[in-house]
Amino acid sequence: MSKIIAAAGINGAYTIVGRARKKYEEALEKYGPDREVAFPNTGYFLPIIYGILGVPVKKLSDMGPVLDRAESLLPPRVRQTHNLPYLGPALDAGMATFFAEECQEAVRYLDDPDYYLAGREEVSGGAIWLGAADDVIMRKRGVEFVDGTAPGFAAVLGRAPNGEIAAKIAQELQEKNLYVFMSSGLGGKPGFAEQLVESGVQIGWNTRLVPFGPDTSSVVFSIGFATRAAMSFGNIKPGDFRKILIYNKDRIFAFVLPFGYVDEEWYANALGAVNFGFPVIADTAIPQILPTGVCTYEHVVSGVGYDQLVAKAVEVRGLKVKVANVPIPVSYSPAYEGERVRKDDLVAECGGGRTQAVELTTTREMDEVTDGAVEVIGPDLDLYAGAKATPVGESPALPLAIVVEVAGRQMQKDFEPILERQLHHLINYAQGVMHIGQRNIVWLRFSKQAVDKGFRLGHLGSIIHAKYHEDFGNIFDKVQVKIYTDEARVKEVYDRAVGIFRERDERIEGMTDETTDPFYSCTLCQSFAPNHVCIVTPERPGLCGAYSWLDCRASFEINPTGPNQPVPKGRTIDELYGQWEGINEFVAKASRGNVTEYDAYSLMRTPMTSCGCFECIACIMPLSNGVMTVDRDFPEMTPAGMKFTTMAGMVGGGNVTPGFVGHSKYYVTSRKFLRADGGIKRLVWMPSRLKEEIMERLIVRAKEEGVPELPDQIADERIGTTEEEILPFLEEVEHPALSLPPLF
Amino acid sequence: MADEKRKSIDPAVLTLVEKAAADEVMLCWDRLDEQSPQCGYGIAGVCCRNCAMGPCQINPFGDAPQKGVCGVDAETIAARNFLRSIAAGAAAHSDHARAVVEAFIRTADGEIPGFEIKDEQKLLSLAMDLGVSIEGKDTAAVAKEVGKTLREQFGRQDGELAFIAKAPIKRQELWRAQGIVPRGIDREIVECMHRTHIGVDQDYKNLMKQASRTALADGWGGSMIATELQDVLFGNPVPIVGSVNLGILEPDQVNIIVHGHEPLLSEMVVAASRDKELLALAKEKGAAGINIGGICCTANEILMRHGIPVAGNFLQQEVAVVSGAVDAMIVDVQCTLQSLTDVAGCYHTALITTNPKARFFGARHLEFDEANPLVAAREIVTIAVENFPNRKRKVVIPTDNKTDMVAGFSHETINYILGGLFRGSYRPLNDNIINGRIRGIAGVVGCNNAKVTHDEHHVTLVKELIANDVLVLQTGCSAVACAKEGLLVPEAATRYAGPGLAEVCEAVGMPPVLHMGSCVDNSRILMAATAVVKEGGLGDDISDLPCAGAAPEWMSEKALSIGHYFVASGIFTVFGVTWPTLGAKHLTEYLFSGIEEELGGKWAFETDPVKTARLMIDHIDQKRHKLGIDKARERVLYDMEKRRELET
Repeated sequence: MSKIIAAAGINGAYTIVGRARKKYEEALEKYGPDREVAFPNTGYFLPIIYGILGVPVKKLSDMGPVLDRAESLLPPRVRQTHNLPYLGPALDAGMATFFAEECQEAVRYLDDPDYYLAGREEVSGGAIWLGAADDVIMRKRGVEFVDGTAPGFAAVLGRAPNGEIAAKIAQELQEKNLYVFMSSGLGGKPGFAEQLVESGVQIGWNTRLVPFGPDTSSVVFSIGFATRAAMSFGNIKPGDFRKILIYNKDRIFAFVLPFGYVDEEWYANALGAVNFGFPVIADTAIPQILPTGVCTYEHVVSGVGYDQLVAKAVEVRGLKVKVANVPIPVSYSPAYEGERVRKDDLVAECGGGRTQAVELTTTREMDEVTDGAVEVIGPDLDLYAGAKATPVGESPALPLAIVVEVAGRQMQKDFEPILERQLHHLINYAQGVMHIGQRNIVWLRFSKQAVDKGFRLGHLGSIIHAKYHEDFGNIFDKVQVKIYTDEARVKEVYDRAVGIFRERDERIEGMTDETTDPFYSCTLCQSFAPNHVCIVTPERPGLCGAYSWLDCRASFEINPTGPNQPVPKGRTIDELYGQWEGINEFVAKASRGNVTEYDAYSLMRTPMTSCGCFECIACIMPLSNGVMTVDRDFPEMTPAGMKFTTMAGMVGGGNVTPGFVGHSKYYVTSRKFLRADGGIKRLVWMPSRLKEEIMERLIVRAKEEGVPELPDQIADERIGTTEEEILPFLEEVEHPALSLPPLF
Repeated sequence: MADEKRKSIDPAVLTLVEKAAADEVMLCWDRLDEQSPQCGYGIAGVCCRNCAMGPCQINPFGDAPQKGVCGVDAETIAARNFLRSIAAGAAAHSDHARAVVEAFIRTADGEIPGFEIKDEQKLLSLAMDLGVSIEGKDTAAVAKEVGKTLREQFGRQDGELAFIAKAPIKRQELWRAQGIVPRGIDREIVECMHRTHIGVDQDYKNLMKQASRTALADGWGGSMIATELQDVLFGNPVPIVGSVNLGILEPDQVNIIVHGHEPLLSEMVVAASRDKELLALAKEKGAAGINIGGICCTANEILMRHGIPVAGNFLQQEVAVVSGAVDAMIVDVQCTLQSLTDVAGCYHTALITTNPKARFFGARHLEFDEANPLVAAREIVTIAVENFPNRKRKVVIPTDNKTDMVAGFSHETINYILGGLFRGSYRPLNDNIINGRIRGIAGVVGCNNAKVTHDEHHVTLVKELIANDVLVLQTGCSAVACAKEGLLVPEAATRYAGPGLAEVCEAVGMPPVLHMGSCVDNSRILMAATAVVKEGGLGDDISDLPCAGAAPEWMSEKALSIGHYFVASGIFTVFGVTWPTLGAKHLTEYLFSGIEEELGGKWAFETDPVKTARLMIDHIDQKRHKLGIDKARERVLYDMEKRRELET
């Protein structure tokens, strides 16, 4: 009966709001009203409060009015007889719950700054609780939400009956590509996250099994993540609560899985989740709410058996997940991409500097390929079945060459590198198999668990065969895989491959925007950022760094009605700034009228919009007459006076923001990088790690531009993080930007 | 005299009918007996006394005479009578509205002590609807302008009534295409009187066009203005618990019944009854307190906003006095029986009229003075208190007959209870209509009629509807009837409603029958229907909705006006008891069928409440079929591609 849920939830909300008020008053006493409060490294303050109320909580006393509001939202408790309608009031109580819990968690960051592993993605040692995801994580993971590799999350509360069930359910959720956000124990006992650790399951952002916190209140980290997605990718303004909630209902496929006895405070949180369109699927026989309306389908479904729980949750949430059907003896899902094979797990590895290893995808004639044929030439992993794990560096190491041969009428030479690049994540999706790098710098590790379950090198071929067909079936007909571990044969393949890689690089380097038509659109992110559209050119890859022009073309061939469409350039409006009639028309239509024109090569007038998953953001530096760029892995202050995350808030969501532009790392060394604004010579600051990452090509470009000293003239955080700090340096090294014409 | 049991299904009424007989007091049922048999021509609607060559009557069975002296036929006579009734009904609602507008403007001017703008939010949204700019204005200034704009609705001569724009776009276009958009409220009513004068409009279809235009001037004009401004003045109702039936009379307290339709004075009487001095006076007179109860729509108004108990509906006004426990009965306008002077005369009850438009010969008149309403209210309460010791006959209060209910469902409140402050919307309602848990929506409204067993048709019809998963919206005496039966509490869902409706009621915590207020508040039903249309998924006009209306025990001309604005708004509407055009074959066929092609709604007449329910449910099922929601649907599962296709 809903009445029980409403009554309990409203009671729970009273308790939670009362507790938060108490914590707030204690903190006020202890730290004073002006003490800064924040979740770590975020531009969204306390995100639920910021999103729903539009109130940025910056200092302790800002919480006062928020808690007043939470108290005013608490409805009368539900009467036993002749109750007044409770659905709407109970949802309000749920929202009050979240406001209060966010305040309480923020106070915890003051009281105990080390309570959570701030900014960490992985869990190690005894401490497991990660707390609020910072914006770096949110954006990085957000990309997966945007491109569909992660359709949503399960907010897990409580504790499964045993570790085995917990591990099995976590695995099922991972196989459905979902994130698992874990909060709260049960009745004083450790919760789901600890159960996973005890069962030897790797948890952390990298395996999508995220331990937020041990208390119920850490549910707000899940909901805050969703609220930020609506603001950063959906371009919804803080305070536009209805749009934020509907965005979540329609686009974030999340749900709540409470394990065990549901107490009043859990109910209060459940009511809050329902407000966001996230239904509750419980293992215990709590009352159900089946009529639809606030969520897409049912609101609360209960008494679901453990073997049905995930399937039921996905159905209730209205989610369609394509589950990969790969015939291998271990689990297979994007959720395992970030999983590590650690030293106490490792039984064998290939490459990584210890042996030669290479992977290559090439085209053959139709009659040269037997579809599905997988051949292992040399020793296989069965040598290590049952073996003990060995420390890194001491494990058996095999040479390895993976040669994938495809054939088909639609196959083109240009698709080879695209298909080849898939090998990294396709192999990584296998549980217990770790794949790093590409081409001739690959490195594979195999875990004891995987090998003991029967994983053999031939399964790499099974994965490639199944997934190539599933994802790229339109562009080839047959695929066969040869896997060499014989040292001599590996060397032979290796040498041949290196030659092929060189040829490819030269061909791609030769492509220019001027000689290429059409360009390609990318509206992949419109599932999250409905007004944004990317235009991808050979010299300006997608701002996420994931889609080059060739990728887009291949994607179009594979799915002609998909998110990547050819866009003829049409008449050139402005060669220097990169503006074309055909592109403008397309952008106007695809952005639903939001953007009517844009410059591909400038950030000064109408720079391209961003969904929110940009690798870097460039912006102008008025004092030094230049620009700076910062990548999303750099969490500190920049000379723009803002952190990446603050800038991201301004640039994302399909907004045109003159002076700022989101871009890929690769674009920095493109000949078209802000060409109309003076190009690479304008670049005065970037984080040192980013500079190192692109150094090789930066040197080439600097020479090309006739400023060979440039790499050393660009300041980084070691020189300074304010414009005033870096300016003397720029003057000293005579940075070329200082002598360029004024930016504006 | 007919069997006592047949007069009412309400034991409280039956107890007091018995007492009345013992006390030798004549009641409406006795007078109905005396009146019977009633004139057949009048019943069939074919008696014309609009000129001094008449009265003329047309033989409804086809024999002579078939024409009146002027040559008029049955169709025209019945149509003219029907139109005049609608004019009278619309006039009643709209003149009530006019009084509210005037009080509203004077309130904005600060001229009525005790009155204030209680719901600023609603005022602002009204201002938006009316295109009144709110920039840089304080509440009083906005209110003045809103009041002025609404006052103009009565006297305007051309253009369109402002609230027409609140209807679904498609409905507005249909009205324009039919030429029935009302220009000004008073103008339409005047035109009715003109057209029905001898020798003017003699085409029943053309007369019915004016009927539609006038009725719309009521539903989307007078009634809506009254509701909206009363909400701004006295507060938009929110769910509240109240109790109903004559058991609410207190043996040891001063009992004051407020009866009629306008909330202006009764609001003040409620305030005065809480006055310390008057309470002290009551004590002095030997009373334990002052108890207010309402009858008819005054009751509904103060119930919705204050939870003041309801003593009863239309046919309970005489028996309330018969209890011997009513120390004063205050009446204003509409549906107050002249016999009250006679009945009150048999007991100690002070009958006080308060409205200059509505005086009773022989009753005490205490005019409601807008300049100082609390003074009038205090005077009235003082009279009642001082009358307390004068109870001279045996007091019989049916104490067991008192039922609880949950009332207070404005269309805004429904929006709130379905999603709260952050997600408020009609989505859950629409969703559950689409998925079939709720089969449809019915508006069951209207009066009592002494010709049928009191309350029986309301209660039977509504029980049948909710048992078939139809959510029922109610106003007026019909709501009171069902409240007494215990249908207006959330617990009624599990007891009486079908499984689908019960499940939704349980999810929301609402009764299966929603009390939306007084009879001017039928405009709330129009707004609720419009909100359902606008929420989407159930067509784009009110006439697409799986909904129907009924007034199974109607008697007043206001009911005809309401019924016709339901029809003209696209709603299938069934009336019981009697039908006023039965002597005119073509007109009746037109109203029961042909008019649907033009308006999307039509009339029906059915005296059996179960059959009435069947007609309504069949209609709802047809609409569901047309919408394609009569079959089970597959659950849609969303992948990324589907999400990209979502509108922003």
